[in-house]
Amino acid sequence: MASKPRTLYEKIWDAHVVERRDDGTCLIYIDRHLVHEVTSPQAFEALRLAGRKVRRPDLTLAVPDHNLPTTPRLAADGTRLPIADPQSAAQLAALERNAPEFGVRYIDASAAEQGIVHVVGPEQGFSLPGATIVCGDSHTAAHGGIGALAFGIGTSEVEHVLATQTLLLAPSKTMEVRVEGTLGHGVTPKDLILHIIGRIGTAGGTGHVIEYRGAVFETMSVEGRLTVCNMSIEGGARAGLIAPDETVFAYLEGRPYAPKGEDWDRALAWWRSLRTDEGARFDRSVVIDSDAIEPTVSWGTSPEDVVAVGGNVPAPESFADPAKQEAARKSLAYMGLDPGTPISDIAIENVFIGSCTNSRIEDLRAAAAVLEGRRKADGVRWAIVVPGSGLVKRQAEAEGLDRIFTAAGFEWREPGCSACLAMNPDKVPPGERCASTSNRNFVGRQGPGARTHLVSPAMAAAAAVTGRLTDVRELLVESTLASPGPAAP
Amino acid sequence: MEAVATIEGRAIPYGAKNVDTDIIIPAHWLKTITREGLAQGAFESVRAEPSNVFDQPENLGAPILIAGDNFGCGSSREHAAWALLDMGIRAVIAPSFSDIFSSNAFKNGILAVELPQEQVDRLMEVAREHPIGIDLESQMVTTPFQDRFAFAIDPFRKHCLLEGIDEIGMTLARDAAISTYESSRAASLPWLDNPRENSL
Repeated sequence: MASKPRTLYEKIWDAHVVERRDDGTCLIYIDRHLVHEVTSPQAFEALRLAGRKVRRPDLTLAVPDHNLPTTPRLAADGTRLPIADPQSAAQLAALERNAPEFGVRYIDASAAEQGIVHVVGPEQGFSLPGATIVCGDSHTAAHGGIGALAFGIGTSEVEHVLATQTLLLAPSKTMEVRVEGTLGHGVTPKDLILHIIGRIGTAGGTGHVIEYRGAVFETMSVEGRLTVCNMSIEGGARAGLIAPDETVFAYLEGRPYAPKGEDWDRALAWWRSLRTDEGARFDRSVVIDSDAIEPTVSWGTSPEDVVAVGGNVPAPESFADPAKQEAARKSLAYMGLDPGTPISDIAIENVFIGSCTNSRIEDLRAAAAVLEGRRKADGVRWAIVVPGSGLVKRQAEAEGLDRIFTAAGFEWREPGCSACLAMNPDKVPPGERCASTSNRNFVGRQGPGARTHLVSPAMAAAAAVTGRLTDVRELLVESTLASPGPAAP
Repeated sequence: MEAVATIEGRAIPYGAKNVDTDIIIPAHWLKTITREGLAQGAFESVRAEPSNVFDQPENLGAPILIAGDNFGCGSSREHAAWALLDMGIRAVIAPSFSDIFSSNAFKNGILAVELPQEQVDRLMEVAREHPIGIDLESQMVTTPFQDRFAFAIDPFRKHCLLEGIDEIGMTLARDAAISTYESSRAASLPWLDNPRENSL
């Protein structure tokens, strides 16, 4: 008898059920646990107080990223430079103490492999297709880009996973986001996911796991898939994923923690079975027209507040829902914008290229392609590039991208989360605007009073050049912006 | 977690929709290695405005918060739940919650009570001058005016909240089942069980 057709999510879920309770909740085994300095200290402390151990330190990888300064970390003599902020220093010290005490794998702040946890996981081959992956960070959804079931958890759950390598979870509903066709010239995976969030809203995926399906994702690079899945949480979905394919397998082969030899062959056979069966049912289905997607910019203080770069700042009255009208009024007041203003008239003073959404090599290449032979506008006071990891930084330097950025007036920094959430010294000043490749435009996200416009790396570079939000295609008339191509190293 | 049965008292009529975790507790407050003291930074940007609802004398120490749709969207920071607890809040009433916040609230013994918008609107009106009651056993929100609003809650969560169960202790008791799963995974998907680092 043929078994019931299942979605990709259901297949991964079923493969990780330790026990199913009568009420439908399941004890789910966690294959990979990523840990960083901000959401773990209280979890380790609770284990210590209860006299509990980490069940599987070998499945746990810790790396500091959130509050590390992005200025140089080593002095000329190779010693570590101190972190000026005592609280940040204490958080880092806690992770440096907790990892060896509990036997957890640890990447040091000054190691070449250090980086943003969601860049490091796939890059090291620690994150794998079909695996359950958690981290005390909502952008863990990113790892869905390689076909993993990956989601963010709170610190109590971090403690639970450390102690038991499991989580007690209720199954999610399933949602399909289908995009056929191809993305237009100058339109990137970031524009696509901003457009999707604009369509479904920030609560559109609540209670669901999203599977992104269709030709647009099948032809997308791994970097692009990680960008799309990363922002699933901005659409309310705790996880988003894309069926793993040959592009993913080629990306993973040979990475440090990826399976080798016979294991690799067995893994490939299983990974190739990880796709939604014909006839499997999704609880919800959304179809997006790829031709309708243009380079996209956020105008407000919620990631659903997006508009094509050729459009205008919307009028609050244009929204049907009175609560949304009120929210839009507040957003526009905070953002210092008037309804009807063309997006391309909005001047920016800061540019941030980085974050777990857009700091991989392909992102840096896309920004550098726009900046080559150009310089940031005089009105742009602060422009920084924060590579996602030391290895991305090294690769970019080998390709000469760092020189393009610095020649264009950008600062070339050390890896970390940086101005995405302004926990470290990288902040946007109050009242100033930032064209940012990060994932959240919340009030105060990039610093108190900071005004964030979410954009793609290419769009951020274009904004740097002209000093205002700009359709990058205007700067690409002669050159070619590669639409997402094959996997990068 | 501490057991919860009933919560009664003032409810802060906040009402805002899509309240994100950066509003509840901004990132610069996350540089702590303890769970305490976060009330100071809670709703910082909202409280910067004079006459904000949180700093009205009658709302100080209120055990209930009333909010709009999609409360707690954004980051997974449990600091959002800790900040609410530190303010004295033991229940949030809203039409909907983000998944991660709702889980974090539960782990900290905070009730996330979902009610339809019109009932939330009614409670907002009552809360301006009167207390509100929540009874977990009967799953009911009540006012001094005979309003009785039933709410749904996952039976397992309800049980844990009423009993104040240590979920980790409970899962550790399933050690044999976890070990059995691990052995079968080591046989069927060995590369997941044994991530050996190989130098390139």
